[in-house]
Amino acid sequence: MVMKQVFGRPETLCDGATHYCGGCGHGVAHRLVAEALDHFGLHDKAVGVAPAGCSVMLYDYFDVDTIESAHGRALAVATGMKRANPSLFVFTYQGDGDLASIGMCETIHTANRGEKITVVFINNAVYGMTGGQMAPTTLPGQKTTTTPLGRSTATEGAPIKMAELMAGFDGVAYSERVAVYDARHVLRARKAIYRAFESQIHQAGMGFVEVLSPCVTNLKMSPEKAQAWVAEEMCAAFPLGLFKDTLSQYEKENAPAVEGSDAHAS
Amino acid sequence: MSPSNHGAAARPGTRKLVQGNIALAEGAVRAGLNCYFGYPITPQNQIPEYLSWRLPETGGVFLQAESELASINMVLGAAATGARVMTSSSGPGISLMQEGISFLAGSQIPCLIVDVMRCGPGLGGIKPTQADYYQATRGGGHGDYRTIVLAPFSAQEMFDFPMRAFDLAEHYRNPVLILSDAILGQLKEPAVLEPAGIPRPLPNTWALTGAHNRPARNLRSMYLSGDDQEIHNNVLWEKYNRIEQELPEAEQIETDDADILIVAFGSAARIALSAIRLAREEGLRVGLFRPVTLYPYPGKALRELTSRVNRVLVVEMNMGQMLDDVRLAVTDEVRIHFYGRPGGGVPTPHDILAKIKEC
Ligand SMILES: Cc1ncc(C[n+]2csc(CCOP(=O)(O)OP(=O)(O)O)c2C)c(N)n1
Repeated sequence: MVMKQVFGRPETLCDGATHYCGGCGHGVAHRLVAEALDHFGLHDKAVGVAPAGCSVMLYDYFDVDTIESAHGRALAVATGMKRANPSLFVFTYQGDGDLASIGMCETIHTANRGEKITVVFINNAVYGMTGGQMAPTTLPGQKTTTTPLGRSTATEGAPIKMAELMAGFDGVAYSERVAVYDARHVLRARKAIYRAFESQIHQAGMGFVEVLSPCVTNLKMSPEKAQAWVAEEMCAAFPLGLFKDTLSQYEKENAPAVEGSDAHAS
Repeated sequence: MSPSNHGAAARPGTRKLVQGNIALAEGAVRAGLNCYFGYPITPQNQIPEYLSWRLPETGGVFLQAESELASINMVLGAAATGARVMTSSSGPGISLMQEGISFLAGSQIPCLIVDVMRCGPGLGGIKPTQADYYQATRGGGHGDYRTIVLAPFSAQEMFDFPMRAFDLAEHYRNPVLILSDAILGQLKEPAVLEPAGIPRPLPNTWALTGAHNRPARNLRSMYLSGDDQEIHNNVLWEKYNRIEQELPEAEQIETDDADILIVAFGSAARIALSAIRLAREEGLRVGLFRPVTLYPYPGKALRELTSRVNRVLVVEMNMGQMLDDVRLAVTDEVRIHFYGRPGGGVPTPHDILAKIKEC
């Protein structure tokens, strides 16, 4: 009997262990991005922009061209790449400190310009890499190493809802918030990431996916507890859902889309 | 050479009256510029304004960024694809770019950065200065790195230096900075706007173009495992050592019979040339040593020259920054005098003449 392989490592995901903590959501999100790279056949033309944050070393995990960026500047780097060579497929992968705090200016302006870039935004409600300090997405009352009494909305403001914010820009073709705490949600997250890829492939605009993701180490919880915390606490503060989809409309109007049509000599 | 020619007369071709900033922008286009990213700031605005229409004519990309933080990182991304890329700015904007310049140096990504210096500190003002010499020549951002620094002193050199800058940037895989100032940016004088050669971007083996028929590539400055960071930094320093051997350049004017030597770069060197003319009318034999590369500093040539001319007057539009490099270059026997003006002040030829007489 011929055996058919039904599950395996995506080709664009490198073999070997990652440095992520057991139970961290980055690993699952990496896999979903790699599946999308494989699905759309982007190995030969993709460039991944790594942030400063826990995922800075994604260049060791993806078998595509990659570049490091300064904290918060991934979308400026991505803009430069895409403008210089529009035939590249450019994606950024950023944490909440990177994208929604220090890099907020770049995030907003890149969205407003409608750069044809795919953004995978990992919201884990803390600064993972630097030891669990408050993030712009830390929940009200959540204790972190810089909010020992819990985040006070009176003095530190409320968590920033990026997927909703991004939906407000004409340049964004797709914006969805997903989570990766169980299989059903992982499948939905994969769908959303595919759509964010298609936003760029069809030149419709920026594709944005916010992924709610557990940081077991800084939440000081077991993987199971951290997943439950994402499902209950985070999803209450950050409702899952699709906030913008002009991509579908764009696809109807422009089918069949021709990619790389505005390429110039560089 | 006559101080009024500033390099243009010797060149074949038609001389045109041109503003320094425009000469630089057109020089960059003729050097094969593919992309420009920048944010407005006086006194360099003519560069982005000119490139906003001129660069698209050649198929290039012009983008006004939301800040200098964004523009330098757009430069990094675009240059990482192998394109010829530049930005330009002044004082506060160049300060904002320093983290990005450090990343460019650390990741060995070639590009051109133009600093049309204005006076500081702080918001300062739009008057000329040379007060950002330290920032330009000592790296400027965090970490032990250098950018190659070219110091033009005429509209002709503003036109010519972008081509040299891109060639050097690609050859050494390093950012190159053209250190100009408000005088050089705003002045209008004749220059030949024909490049000496055609742009020849180096074929490269490192750019991010998609992993088609080759292993995936990565550009980074961070090396976490073992001794890798130190190994990487040693690679950078081997390169800087080569640069220090191969690149230093200075122009010597009327030094053959000189008893007194003025050391000055950029605008200060132009004013010094007028002072030298006045001095020679009075029978004082004064010559000029003008560094063209500020990093690497042409210290060896200066040491040789000062073994013969041992009275030196350093003139700068700052309070003594290049002075350090002069002190490092020459022997203890050389008597060094200094005349500097802090940001906002521009010396006159007569100011300098008075200092010459004190030497
Ligand atoms: C200019 C600058 N400031 C601060 C840092 C330190 N730093 C690195 S990553 C980071 C925050 C990371 O948090 P986040 O973006 O949420 O990603 P995570 O690690 O949680 O995945 C900080 C503050 C830096 N590298 N550069």
